[in-house]
Amino acid sequence: MIRTTITVFAKEIVDNFRDRRTLASALILGPIFGPVLFAFVINLSIERSLDDVERTMELPVIGQQHAPNLVRYLESRNIDIVDGPADAAAAADAVKSGANDVVLVIPEDFGAQLADATPARVELYSDQANQQAERDARRARSALYAYNQELASIRLSARGVNPLLLRPINVDDVDVSTPSGRSAMLLGMMSYFFIFALLMGGMYLAIDATAGERERGSLEPLLALPVTRDQLILGKIAATCVFMAFSLALSLLSFYFVLKFMPLEQLGMTPNFGPGVVLAAFLLLSPFILLGAAIMTLVASFTKSYKEAQTWLSVVLIAPTMPILIVSILTLRPRLEFMFVPSLSQHLLLVDMVKNEPVNSLHVVISVVSTLIFGALLTWICARLYRREGLLG
Amino acid sequence: MIRVDGIHKSFGKVRAVRGVSFDAPDGKITGLLGPNGAGKSTTLRVLYTVLKPDQGSASIDGADVVKDNLIARQRIGALPHGAGLYPHLSARENIAYYAKLCSIDKAELDDRTDNIIRLLEIEDFADRRTKGFSQGQRTKVALARALVHDPQNIILDEPSNGLDVMATRSLRELILKLKSSGRCVLFSSHVMQEVAALCDDICIIANGQVAIDDSIDGIRERTGRDDLEDAFVQAIHMVNGE
Repeated sequence: MIRTTITVFAKEIVDNFRDRRTLASALILGPIFGPVLFAFVINLSIERSLDDVERTMELPVIGQQHAPNLVRYLESRNIDIVDGPADAAAAADAVKSGANDVVLVIPEDFGAQLADATPARVELYSDQANQQAERDARRARSALYAYNQELASIRLSARGVNPLLLRPINVDDVDVSTPSGRSAMLLGMMSYFFIFALLMGGMYLAIDATAGERERGSLEPLLALPVTRDQLILGKIAATCVFMAFSLALSLLSFYFVLKFMPLEQLGMTPNFGPGVVLAAFLLLSPFILLGAAIMTLVASFTKSYKEAQTWLSVVLIAPTMPILIVSILTLRPRLEFMFVPSLSQHLLLVDMVKNEPVNSLHVVISVVSTLIFGALLTWICARLYRREGLLG
Repeated sequence: MIRVDGIHKSFGKVRAVRGVSFDAPDGKITGLLGPNGAGKSTTLRVLYTVLKPDQGSASIDGADVVKDNLIARQRIGALPHGAGLYPHLSARENIAYYAKLCSIDKAELDDRTDNIIRLLEIEDFADRRTKGFSQGQRTKVALARALVHDPQNIILDEPSNGLDVMATRSLRELILKLKSSGRCVLFSSHVMQEVAALCDDICIIANGQVAIDDSIDGIRERTGRDDLEDAFVQAIHMVNGE
């Protein structure tokens, strides 16, 4: 009994390792897709947050000679002052055409107005419809406001008035999230990437077990051999499980390396994702392998052809996100009853681990046991369906 | 020895087989002849146990195809219609896979595989992956695979379909070889000449029923036609009640 299953298992492994399509989806698409997308999103947000403080921006200024102090102040705020277009009209054109993102115009009478203590006028040209350009404009604007505040304080002090009178309220933001906690928001999506990679890894094997064999005409002679159908389907599901485990391990590792090389500290995040957590995550997610292999084989066995199986299995790829999505939208905290739901329980436990929060061991036990029971049940149904005559199509 | 006793099989409303009975003895070649859709494949599928009959019974060397289906399958080498190979495995690996599934010992495995490769004259392409094989090459490998466990009973469903002259010829020689070693060979075809050239007994099926089951001479005698093709047509008319 067990020898036949091992024979089927070994053949499926060899066969699929030689199949470029299976290999691509198991080794490349699943494991790489998540980390790459993740690195892309993280880099984008890092770039954005770094922009405002650290990058020196260039600001073309017309009439620099009219306000030497203002120019010096702007330079102290990490803004490079460069010569602007010839006049205000040229500045408007330059901004409109996108040649300059933002242009500051200082009129001739700026110094005189300042001396009179009448509001001194400057013009800031920007295109508020252009989001990219607006970032620089916002920075120039906030630097000008700060200069404005500073001048006001100096004037009040000179007249013997406490400048703090202008600030009746002082708002202090107190952020209680931990660096690991902040990571969890962004890293929350990675649990789905792991499940996605896991399912992708075994997708083509699951199709091959029924629809593929049937389409190729190799199913009928196989069923005419002196073996039971249970032996065949169990060997096939076992091979699917191995490919899924392989994909899962790869995607965990690739995530581990991607996180290592990303400057997450600059976003104030330090995800708890060391080698120990990688291993724990693998063990936590591995009960889902049997479930995934069984459900994919099950769905594929209802289809008439390879193409149809692919279509339906892409639905299966998305299904595990549903509970994760609902809980994320409602921002529900882990609860005992959630641990009975496969994919959701793995997601919640993984988020806790990444946040470096204590993981409830009862929750882990329920998650593992219930997922395994679901997997075993689906495997049993697969075996039942493999016995029916209609299998031959 | 294959014995078929009044089997019926329906698919929904379609009554594919309606009471087919015949015997296929050892050391003889039995042909299942009939037009397309006559019920030949369904009958053979019941015999190699992938379908269960609605009524009636069939046995392989005394093992019932439903109750003792595992034993029955051990005694059969089956070549279903349009049998496919695993394209990523070589011909040899395809054959060895079936040998292992038939519980052939590791010690014997290589010898058995080599022997069957020699018997079917597929040495030239035995170690190539089967992707891109010609129809003739594929059929030979599928046949080698079906015979690797040395079954007493051989069931072939339209084996010569898509084969060229040379391939058909070597298939015919192989079938005769199997017969002379005392095997029971049962094969289906819709080609009159092929059946006439090979078979000892012919069972003509039409409309899911046996029109006539006899030796070639017996068929000529009973239909009153000398030409086998005329006899075939006559037999089919008989079952259609004309």
